[in-house]
Amino acid sequence: MHVIIAGCGRVGSGMAMDLVHEGHDVAVIDEDPRSFTLLGEGFPGQRILGHAIDWSILRSAGIEGTDAFAAATDGDNTNVVCALIAVRAFEVPCAVARVYDPRRAEVFARMGIRTVCPTDETTAMMLEAVRACPLPSEGA
Amino acid sequence: MFVLIVGGGKVGLNVARSLTLLHHDFVVVEQRRSRYDILHHELEDHLRFGDGTELWVLEAAGIGKADLVVAVTGDDEDNVVIAQLAKHEYGVPKVVARVNDPRNQQTFDLLDVDATVCASSLVVSLIQHELPVHQFVPLLSLKREDLEIAEIEVSEDSPAAYLPVAEIALPPGVLIGAILREGVAVPPGGEVELRPGDQLLCLLPRRTERSLLSSLLPERRPQDVQSETYIDTGAGARG
Repeated sequence: MHVIIAGCGRVGSGMAMDLVHEGHDVAVIDEDPRSFTLLGEGFPGQRILGHAIDWSILRSAGIEGTDAFAAATDGDNTNVVCALIAVRAFEVPCAVARVYDPRRAEVFARMGIRTVCPTDETTAMMLEAVRACPLPSEGA
Repeated sequence: MFVLIVGGGKVGLNVARSLTLLHHDFVVVEQRRSRYDILHHELEDHLRFGDGTELWVLEAAGIGKADLVVAVTGDDEDNVVIAQLAKHEYGVPKVVARVNDPRNQQTFDLLDVDATVCASSLVVSLIQHELPVHQFVPLLSLKREDLEIAEIEVSEDSPAAYLPVAEIALPPGVLIGAILREGVAVPPGGEVELRPGDQLLCLLPRRTERSLLSSLLPERRPQDVQSETYIDTGAGARG
């Protein structure tokens, strides 16, 4: 499948490298050319320099007919807006956006995009870890 | 009327000043601490600190009772998100948003913002208005009515030059609202003869093909081709 990833940070570059490894076509968009170094040498996908809410940038990444879109830039609002553009303007069947703010993640999930909220996930994992701590009485 | 303004830059502050003069109630939300401190002297109780794309900040600022939300931050993504939250999460009846980069206009249109204002496009329109080579200048786009107000200048080689208004074959839906002649607005009566240099304020359906205006505009000259791109971007203010 063809996948577009907006944002080439740790998450975006990690996804891109895993997807190409699995044999998929990948285009990565970022406005900072230095960020592409995270993809390592010999990355076979497309590197697109530009802002992910710019329709002409999305087109050059192949958004017309892409199978999936993932937004993992460092801005919640950028992620939400470019995922909405993917779904509403280019009819991408699946758009995922990382949204740190749990309430915004919930609201925009109701507007047709899939949201992943690291804050909720981290909170749950931290709680689980804390609850697994031995109680003082057990240790004594 | 209660208006919630998100973004306390020059635009937000001046909207607030206008609302004060009109005796409307309002609150401005500003997220930069240094800007907040400056605004506080003037706006006092009408100012809140915070990121206006966070729901709790909007709620604390009174979005639940807002009749109008004005999203005028310097960041287009933020303005889009504020507009979406206002409309779909809080059911605010009317949302006006600022478009900082004209390339993002289509995103605001896509996501159904009621009205948008783009300073850069407005400046381009004004430049076209001042430069004589541009004979078709979009001035204002009325989204809900699907109409556009544009200025068309009558040149020496225009087919309409020296014709009375009644004899100009206008395409359907196109109206001449006024003739601007030597700084005076002349009513466009049927007997009024158009002169080179006249500026016609026209009302036309949005995205009217330029070829339909052949009764007013001369055949395209090379220097007009460059201005063609601007015709589509439309005027700076869209209502």
